[in-house]
Amino acid sequence: MSPAARSARTLFEKIWAAHLVHHEEGRQTILYIDRHLVHEVTSPQAFEGLRLAGRRVRRPDLTTATCDHNVPTTDRQLPIADPIARQQVDTLRRNCQEFDIQFFDLNDPRQGIVHVIGPELGLTQPGMTIVCGDSHTSTHGAFGALAFGIGTSEVEHVLATQTLLQQRPKTLELRVDGQLGPGVTAKDVVLYLIGRLTTSGGAGFVVEYTGDVIRRLTMEQRMTVCNMTIEAGARAGMIGPDQTTYDYLRGRPFAPKDFDAAVARWEQLPTDPEARYDRSRVFSGADVVPQVTWGTNPSQVVSVNESVPDPDGLSDEADRKTAVRALEYMGLVPGTPMCDIEVDRVFIGSCTNSRIEDLRAAAAVVRGYRRLDRVNAMVVPGSGLVKQQAESEGIDRVFRDAGFEWRDAGCSMCLGMNPDQLAPHERCASTSNRNFEGRQGRRGRTHLVSPAMAAAAAIDGHFVDIRQWNYR
Amino acid sequence: MDRSDVDTDQIIPKQFLKRIERTGFGQYLFFDWRFDEDGSERPEFELNTKAGRRGTVLVARRNFGCGSSREHAAWALADYGFRVLIAPSFADIFYNNCFKNGVLPITLEEHEIEQLFDRCERHADYQVTADLEACRVTDQHGLSLEFEVDSSRHHCLLHGLDDIDMTLEHEHKIAAYEAR
Repeated sequence: MSPAARSARTLFEKIWAAHLVHHEEGRQTILYIDRHLVHEVTSPQAFEGLRLAGRRVRRPDLTTATCDHNVPTTDRQLPIADPIARQQVDTLRRNCQEFDIQFFDLNDPRQGIVHVIGPELGLTQPGMTIVCGDSHTSTHGAFGALAFGIGTSEVEHVLATQTLLQQRPKTLELRVDGQLGPGVTAKDVVLYLIGRLTTSGGAGFVVEYTGDVIRRLTMEQRMTVCNMTIEAGARAGMIGPDQTTYDYLRGRPFAPKDFDAAVARWEQLPTDPEARYDRSRVFSGADVVPQVTWGTNPSQVVSVNESVPDPDGLSDEADRKTAVRALEYMGLVPGTPMCDIEVDRVFIGSCTNSRIEDLRAAAAVVRGYRRLDRVNAMVVPGSGLVKQQAESEGIDRVFRDAGFEWRDAGCSMCLGMNPDQLAPHERCASTSNRNFEGRQGRRGRTHLVSPAMAAAAAIDGHFVDIRQWNYR
Repeated sequence: MDRSDVDTDQIIPKQFLKRIERTGFGQYLFFDWRFDEDGSERPEFELNTKAGRRGTVLVARRNFGCGSSREHAAWALADYGFRVLIAPSFADIFYNNCFKNGVLPITLEEHEIEQLFDRCERHADYQVTADLEACRVTDQHGLSLEFEVDSSRHHCLLHGLDDIDMTLEHEHKIAAYEAR
C-alpha cells in the first residue's frame, strides 16, 4: 500500500476523527456534537431528567428547537385543539425559556419540520456532527455532515454534556453511476436503493452516496436521498460537499460569517481518492424508473410499470411471510398492475419531500388540471419560509385551483400525530418516508412515491407513470 | 412473536407519544395489534395468549425495532414487563435505547432463533432465561446459547450506571475540546 493510500480517509473518517473527545479500547467513544436540534415529542422527558439531576444545558448556543410533529396545519391563530399536543408544545416552549435555547415557535415564519429548517437557515454545515431525537436526522448528511437520530436518553446526554457515547460504525459506499432518465427523481433513486438493500441492509454502517447521479443532484434532492437512508437500517447517509453545497449555504442566516474561510476548510472534507470503504455497492442510474411501494415497509417497492409481486416468488421464508401479511394489510392482489391501483388521498409533504423544489415539481404536474372529485389532496410545505416562497411564486394558487388543500408547515400526515390522518382502509399516494402499518392513520394504506407521481395520482385517481405525463 | 421488521410504530402507535413522562406506556404496547377498534382484545395476537400476558422475554425475527428513534418503544416494552428481547438483529437506534432503560436486547443467529420458536411450540409452559453475567440464554430443557454484548454496555447494564455521570468523569476533556 502506498503512503498516500495509508493516510487516505473517507469523509466519515475525517469527521469522526475531528470530533473524538475520549476513546478507550473496549469502551464507547465520546464524540463531540456540533449541533443539536430539538422538537416537542422526544424532548420533554430529557429536560425533566436534567431538572431532576440538577443539570444545566451545557451549550444552549449549539441547540435549536422547533415544534413540528404534532402541530396543526390549519387555523394557526387558534390554540391547539388537542390538549395533549398543546401540552407538549407548551412544555417545549417553557423548557427553551428555562434553559435559554432558541425556539422557533408556531407563529414564527422560520418554524417548520426540523430537517427542513436546519438546512434552510444554514444551521446545517459540512463537517459537523448533528443529532436530533428523530431518525430522519440523516437528512443533514446531504451537506457532508455526520448526522443521525438519537433516543430521548441520548437527547438528555447531549443537552448535559454536548457529547454522545458512540460505537464506531463501518462505512458503506453506495455509488450511482451514469444519469437518470427523464421523470426519474431523487425519491425514486433512494426507494430503488432501499429496495435492493432491504430494510436492514445498512445496519451498522454509515452510508456515503457517490457517483455521477449523486453529484448532479441539487441540495434539496440530496436531502431526499440522505433522509431515507435510515429506512435501509443505516443510521446516517452522507454526500461529500462540493460547489453545489457551498452555493446553497452562502448567505443563509446561520452560515459562517467568514464564508470563504469556511469553504477552504470544507474543501478538505471529501473522501480522498485512495480511501477505502468497508463495503461498496455500485448501481446504474439508467436502471432506476419511477418507484411505488406496495407493502408495509419501504423496501417493498417496485417500478411503476410493474405489478404487485407474488409472495410465492420469494425464496426467503421470513420475507414471504412479511409480504403475505403486507398484501393482506394493503388490500392488494398479486399481479395487479401498479397503475391500476386507485387512491383516495394524496399527501405532498414531510421531511423527505416538502421543500420548494418538491412543490414546484408537483405544481408543474398539476398546472391546468383538477384533482378527481373523489380524491382528497393535501400539500403541506416543510416550513413557513418554504410556504412564503411558494406563495410568492404562485404555486399555492396552482394547487388551490386544482382543488388541493394548502396547509401550514409541519410533519402532518407523514405520521398522523396531528389531526391529519387517513381513515381505515383509505389508500394514499404519499411523498413521505414510511409506509408502516397505521403510520398515517389506523388501518390506512400508504404508497410512497415522488412529489410528481403523487400529484399525478390526484389528477387521474390512480398511479400513473409520470414519464408519460402530458404537462400543460 | 413470529414476525420480522417489527417497527416502532407498531410497538407504540403514534397516538400515544404525546405524554411528557417516561412512564405509563406499557398499556399501549402493540396497541393496534393487541386491540380491535372497539377496544376488545384480538385473541390471536401473541401478547394476548397466556404466555404473552406475563412474559418478560420477547423473541422475534430480524430487524426488530426499525423505524423511528422514539424511545417510547423501549419505555413501553419495559413498562409492560419485558426485560429481555431476543432477535437475529435489531435496528440501531432502538438497540441503544433499550440499554438506556434496563432492557437487554440479545442478538442470536437465525438458526438459534428458529430453535427457540420450535421449542416454544413443542413445550407447554416453555421458559427461557437470560443470564447477563454469564452472557447465556438457557431453557429448562438443556438449551444453552451464548450471546455477546459489548463490554461497556454490559458493565453499565449490570451495575445500573448512568451514562451522563460516566461521561462527566471526562468533563475536563470536553472542556479541552471546546477550548481548541
